[in-house]
Amino acid sequence: MLAYLARRLIQAALILLGVSFITFFLLYVLPADPVRQIAGRSATAQTVENIRHQLGLDQPFVVQYWRYLVGLVQGDMGRSYLQKTDVATLIMARLPATLLLMLGAIVAELVIGLTLGIIAAIRRGGALDQTLMITSFVAVSAPQFVVGLLLLYVFAVKLSWFPIGGYGSFSNLVLPALTLGIMGSGWYSRMMRSSMIDVLRSDYIRTARAKGLRRSRVLVLHAMPNAILPIIAMIGIDIGIFMSGIVVVESVFGWPGIGQLAWQAIQRVDIPIIMGVTLVSACAIVLGNLIADMITPFIDPRIKLR
Amino acid sequence: MSLMKTMLTTSALAVSLSFAGAALAQDYQPDPNAKPGGNIIVTYKDDVATLDPAIGYDWQNWSMIKSLFDGLMDYVPGTTELRPGLAESYDVSDDGMTFTFHLRPGVKFHNGREMTAEDVKYSLDRVTNPATQSPGAGFFGSIMGYDAMADGSASELSGVEVVDPATVKITLSRPDATFLHVMALNFASIVPKEAVEKWGADFGKHPVGTGAYKLADWTIGQQLVFAKNTDYWRAGVPYLDQITFEVGQEPIVALLRLQKGEVDVPGDGIPPAKFEEVMNNPAEKARVVEGGQLQTGYITLNVKMPPFDNLKVREAVNMAINKKRITQMINGRAIPANQPLPPSMPGYIKDYKGYSFDDAAAKKLLAEAGFADGFTTELYVMNTDPNPRIAQAIQQDLKAIGITAEIKSLAQANVIEAGGAGKAPMIWSGGMAWIADFPDPSNFYGPILGCAGAGEGGWNWSKFCDPEIDAEATKADSFTDPADPKRLAMWSDVYAKVMEQAPWVPVFNEQRYTMKSERMGGADNLYVDPVSIPVNYDYVYVTK
Repeated sequence: MLAYLARRLIQAALILLGVSFITFFLLYVLPADPVRQIAGRSATAQTVENIRHQLGLDQPFVVQYWRYLVGLVQGDMGRSYLQKTDVATLIMARLPATLLLMLGAIVAELVIGLTLGIIAAIRRGGALDQTLMITSFVAVSAPQFVVGLLLLYVFAVKLSWFPIGGYGSFSNLVLPALTLGIMGSGWYSRMMRSSMIDVLRSDYIRTARAKGLRRSRVLVLHAMPNAILPIIAMIGIDIGIFMSGIVVVESVFGWPGIGQLAWQAIQRVDIPIIMGVTLVSACAIVLGNLIADMITPFIDPRIKLR
Repeated sequence: MSLMKTMLTTSALAVSLSFAGAALAQDYQPDPNAKPGGNIIVTYKDDVATLDPAIGYDWQNWSMIKSLFDGLMDYVPGTTELRPGLAESYDVSDDGMTFTFHLRPGVKFHNGREMTAEDVKYSLDRVTNPATQSPGAGFFGSIMGYDAMADGSASELSGVEVVDPATVKITLSRPDATFLHVMALNFASIVPKEAVEKWGADFGKHPVGTGAYKLADWTIGQQLVFAKNTDYWRAGVPYLDQITFEVGQEPIVALLRLQKGEVDVPGDGIPPAKFEEVMNNPAEKARVVEGGQLQTGYITLNVKMPPFDNLKVREAVNMAINKKRITQMINGRAIPANQPLPPSMPGYIKDYKGYSFDDAAAKKLLAEAGFADGFTTELYVMNTDPNPRIAQAIQQDLKAIGITAEIKSLAQANVIEAGGAGKAPMIWSGGMAWIADFPDPSNFYGPILGCAGAGEGGWNWSKFCDPEIDAEATKADSFTDPADPKRLAMWSDVYAKVMEQAPWVPVFNEQRYTMKSERMGGADNLYVDPVSIPVNYDYVYVTK
């Protein structure tokens, strides 16, 4: 187990190194000059060159990348070109908001997805099942930007049930968490449905029913726990999927997380921030997958980690 | 907004040299209905980059910095008329090369210390020091000793001299008609040395100035709170107790919140997609203030790139563009342009005809140039609405005379890069169009049409460089009085000569629209203030 963990951590470090190299390289070859963005339109050529030199952007790629790595190892993610602040400070200030949003989204997708999946499994083949499965298909395919604006318009503008964007209270969280979680809820309802159907077909359920236990008791106590367990392991993988969603959802709802930070930085070619957010996201994805893999043996003892 | 008139007043100020400014300062009558108190909420999509006046240079932090800091010169609220700021008055030598500023006594920084002439010197040395990385350093090029600062061989501007704690003498190395405007730029704000040194590179997050407001709180990614500076040296202002800037709010969301009464001013304006809806609603339209702005949107034609190196081709393109239709496409939020300067800028040529929209004549010119069958080219454009739509209209207009333009719709930074590198045959400037730094005709020449901006990476995307026109421009800027009619006539001539060479297609001058909540009070011109966008925070107030 420990050897497995050590091996996975080394793998993770290599993956992060690779991500940092590829991102840094792509930003380096990007046909946009960050110095021009910093210097602005009225700067003289002298000012531009002076800034380029001070930021070390006149150095060859290898030197720039090496300097970045050396800084990174020492815990220095660099300074934002335009916000003139340490990237670590900017990310740390926004990370709690993103984590909260993700937690909210996980709760939302599980509650919606599992409930719909169970109902569909019980009524499998019926009209309700088909309706739910079509709904889940729509949920999976709907663009988050559209879902977000739709929810915002209906529940915040028209019905005034929730505030229009913002951050700070539970009511602020509901709509963005729902938007982010709705795609996952589509997946979960489908997985839960098939998992539940498998379990309901198994011998021990038939035995339990044959013993004369009530149907509801069999469903809740015997079938559901076993059907849900394999799904829980998927949450780790969700983190990766969320990372792509937060950029859109945070922008729509004015949620002060790292997705919004990334989006602003991309538009302004603020390379240190883009690098920082990419690496933090990559860490989250790698960790999420690792956790998912670590949990599996506890859920299904037949699986052994080697 | 009658800029011509205000500029003439400014000239009176400069000509009568001393103390004229002090008289002007009393010209601004504060609103008698204004009452102090209240908090307002202003929203923005993007984070505020920095509040360091030497560095901040975007339309979001510009007005914020204006409210936190002061410079020696300032503008009468809602106008482009210069008035003294931290300098109570000033004298100009007869040759226009020496400015002596007399500082206002008893002005305190937010940290409680009194501002002195040493601070003025320190601030100007700081902004021109290459280590500060100020994007505005070049504006101070006419101060004696600037070149030595820029190349790092000096650490102080030799032309800035502290005469006594209340007097600063600034000597120029060449006459500079725009110097007083430069002293009114944010870059020339006075900062306290001890605070800059205390915070170092983070001064922009912990600004300390002499302005009407001080920064009370900054929660990164969420909000900034400005609190009224109760010790502000201008009596009676500001009116508001507090301004909260909420960031991370999409313009569309900000508009919805404004309609619900949760927001007072959406800083990014009315989203284009909602403009018509807002203007068709009388109640909402009443809360929109319209004003001109010193802005021109244009198409650059790269004169170094065939076939645009041929004047006839450039003239043909100028005649092919239906500017009226383009202004209609953006709901009439602009007026068609025929020259680089916007109409409210001194030096604008009122009776200038320009190139009229005439497909037949354009085709004839193309044929004369040897392109009877047209040619294929590329049109670069920033990828945010409405710019790709405008590019399509331009594409259609060009098609009508036989030119096939392929649209390259890219992120802003990529368009700027292509333009600077001289790789773009045509660029529609939308989203990056020129807005004046200060209300003087020279500001539309150097960086965008002069030889100085035509080098690699410069903002002169036509790469147009005519040494004769450049020489005339330099001569025009050597006047002592910025509003000398002879000087303005020279500038008009410069732009007329530029248009003869047709490196640009001037397309339109955008109007500005600021929406506000019902409770916002103050004269309309405070909401379309030419130097404080979106509003002049120091003079607006709330009625409830």
